[in-house]
Amino acid sequence: MSDASKDTPEQAEFRAYCQKWLAENHPGQPPVHIPQGALELSDPDALVWLQKWQKSAYDAGLVGADYSKDCGGGGRTGCQAIANQEMQKAKTPFLPNIIGLGMAAPTVYFHGQEGVKQDLLPRLLSGEDIWCQGFSEPGAGSDLANQQTFARKEGDSWVINGHKVWTSLAHFASWMILLCRTSKDDKYNGLSYFVVPISSMIGKGVTVRPLIKMTGETGFNEVIFEDLVVEDKYRLDEVGAGWKVAMTTLAHERGAGPLTTPSAGGQVNEKEKGPSIGSAAALIELAKVSYRNGKTAADDGAIRDQIMQLMIRQEGFRQNQRRISTKALNDHPMRLPLQFKLVATEMNQDIAQLAYEIEGAASSLYVNDDNAAAGGQWQLAYMNSFGVTIAAGANEVQRNILGERVLNMPKSK
Amino acid sequence: MTQSNNFGFGEDETMLRDSARKFFADNCGPEKIHSQVADNPDIHRAVESKWDKGLWKQIAELGWTAVCVPEAAGGIGMPVVAAVALAEEAGKAAFPSPLIATLNATFAVRECNSDAATKLLGEIATGSSATLAITNEKGSWQATDTGVTAKDGKLSGTAYFVQDALKADVLVVSADSGNGVALYRVDPAADGVTIHADAIIDLTRDQAHISFDGAAAELLDAKGAEALTKAMPAILCITSADMIGSGEWLLQTTTEYAQTRVQFDRPLGFFQAVKHPLVNVMLAIDAAKSLTYNAACAIEEEPENALKLARMAKSAASDMAVFSSSRAVQFHGGIGFTWECFVHLFFKRQMHNHILYGDGKYQRALLADMLIGKAA
Repeated sequence: MSDASKDTPEQAEFRAYCQKWLAENHPGQPPVHIPQGALELSDPDALVWLQKWQKSAYDAGLVGADYSKDCGGGGRTGCQAIANQEMQKAKTPFLPNIIGLGMAAPTVYFHGQEGVKQDLLPRLLSGEDIWCQGFSEPGAGSDLANQQTFARKEGDSWVINGHKVWTSLAHFASWMILLCRTSKDDKYNGLSYFVVPISSMIGKGVTVRPLIKMTGETGFNEVIFEDLVVEDKYRLDEVGAGWKVAMTTLAHERGAGPLTTPSAGGQVNEKEKGPSIGSAAALIELAKVSYRNGKTAADDGAIRDQIMQLMIRQEGFRQNQRRISTKALNDHPMRLPLQFKLVATEMNQDIAQLAYEIEGAASSLYVNDDNAAAGGQWQLAYMNSFGVTIAAGANEVQRNILGERVLNMPKSK
Repeated sequence: MTQSNNFGFGEDETMLRDSARKFFADNCGPEKIHSQVADNPDIHRAVESKWDKGLWKQIAELGWTAVCVPEAAGGIGMPVVAAVALAEEAGKAAFPSPLIATLNATFAVRECNSDAATKLLGEIATGSSATLAITNEKGSWQATDTGVTAKDGKLSGTAYFVQDALKADVLVVSADSGNGVALYRVDPAADGVTIHADAIIDLTRDQAHISFDGAAAELLDAKGAEALTKAMPAILCITSADMIGSGEWLLQTTTEYAQTRVQFDRPLGFFQAVKHPLVNVMLAIDAAKSLTYNAACAIEEEPENALKLARMAKSAASDMAVFSSSRAVQFHGGIGFTWECFVHLFFKRQMHNHILYGDGKYQRALLADMLIGKAA
């Protein structure tokens, strides 16, 4: 839905540059299996190949285009969205440092201390340093402010103890953005925000243990801090301002922050023919080769109706993204931005669930069965879809946010 | 072909929409409409068409009927999204008038090739109202189905489910000419035309079946079914926009009620059993709205996909119409179930619009034929 005719002169020039660069530098098919998304990464070889891709896109200026030059960015305005559109169009691999780019980078950029952000952001944007996010705890899920991990001030440093869970990419991470408690006197104002080293401190106050997902895949972890010592320069914003800083992280995670997250993707594994797994259009192809009641699922009235419902939802989501930039058609500026995470994750979940259903008896077969329909990818997609309807503020919390901030209903907490 | 980023909704369209919003706010709040159309709750009351002819005269002077009449025919020639915005505002006000019927007829007549069609468009542009009489006894939405036949310029038979028939100055009638379905212009006051008002649930419009017994008719286009099919995306968009406007009124009104009505020592909106479904109503409205502006824009900028996109929009808008109205009554509680509460005006308009030109399931069955292929 990009419309080059609306580009500023800087954007138009940059778009042409991106197109040319991508035509000459697309990394081609990967030599190893690449999972459906960065949060499913568990094979180090896959990570290395993807990091090489991110580094080349960064060096070319396609990643971090809108960040200032002293922080390793391109110093441009409104150009990351252009690069994203062109990378999607060119069907590139995805960028592996997804949490770094989407959450850590804007937070460090807006709240990090001078010197620290110039030191950390270039290797974040290039993908050389993988980042993870330390928000969730066993007792702080949707109730994020209920943090128990504690940072104690000792001289010029902080000593951190606590337990983080559901930490995607921690097994590869050099750094973590950490929300924790510095005071027990106030639930919200007792929170502070740090960046902390992970891989370099394993065995020196940091333990990373994989958690196995319901799919059988790894990819996320628990991280335990035992007297980890962190210099004060790695504190973001004031002591006690952690909740405010976390709102910057969450706004960007929901696509509602001032900086556009660098994102690429669209590459299809050569083995997967036709529309990519996860799209509503793929349901049609699947229905044509799945059987129920003596005919194909594509001939079944109820299935046809449900596929159309999802294709309509997918088009509606696409058109919402287009309407967001048409000011005259938005009576409330946050109404559409705050919907995206909720709408996208539930739509993808319902698409995968319908695929599961369409496959009929064959849906019982998993990725390790040679006869599995579509290699068992829909089963994986369905189960993994719960990761994102739960993460980043469960969708029930998203509905509270929309009801309170957009519809002005009283707070439910 | 790529569509404009802003759905073609520019400064002129925004000004028109804002002036319509102000017009409805100034002239016809729900209190006024309720006292006008809902003064008699008697279930056996006589059928009447209640509307404010003075406001219609103002609307004609404001040029709203000319908005989508081409400049060559004496109109303003704005894009379809302009008419969609008007319909959305009219829906938000549950406005009783022949506006929606006239916009729909305009799009059908625009697809007719004849001097008679050009002349009719000119009359519409200066404030004549018109409505489509294109549906048979079975309620078929197919352009090729009609219960009326034409012979030697005279019509016989009956057209059903004619919207705002009691208000319209001109009837645009589809009839089998023996050589396919053609479109004709008929004067509702002519000899041989009998308008039988239907007793309908929606209080904000009227509806009739109209019998023709050798009524004089002027040919607008011999290929009437083709013209209606070409106009269908715009008609679906206008109807969807009406529902989006009503849906927004229902959402805002129910939300306000949930902020003030206290039960168990708290405003209703505190409870997630109320808050979350209202958010779901908002999501449904927003998807329907984006789909509708997309489809309306496609009529001019991506015509090969317009019918598909308009059926998507109508499906989403129809389902939203049922959902928004049911939740509004439910969350207003006991008062929402009464005649004195304004919610039923919008509930009934939504339930009426949701079936017009096919409900959600109907649209999806046709979409499946387009996108999957006919079922075996």
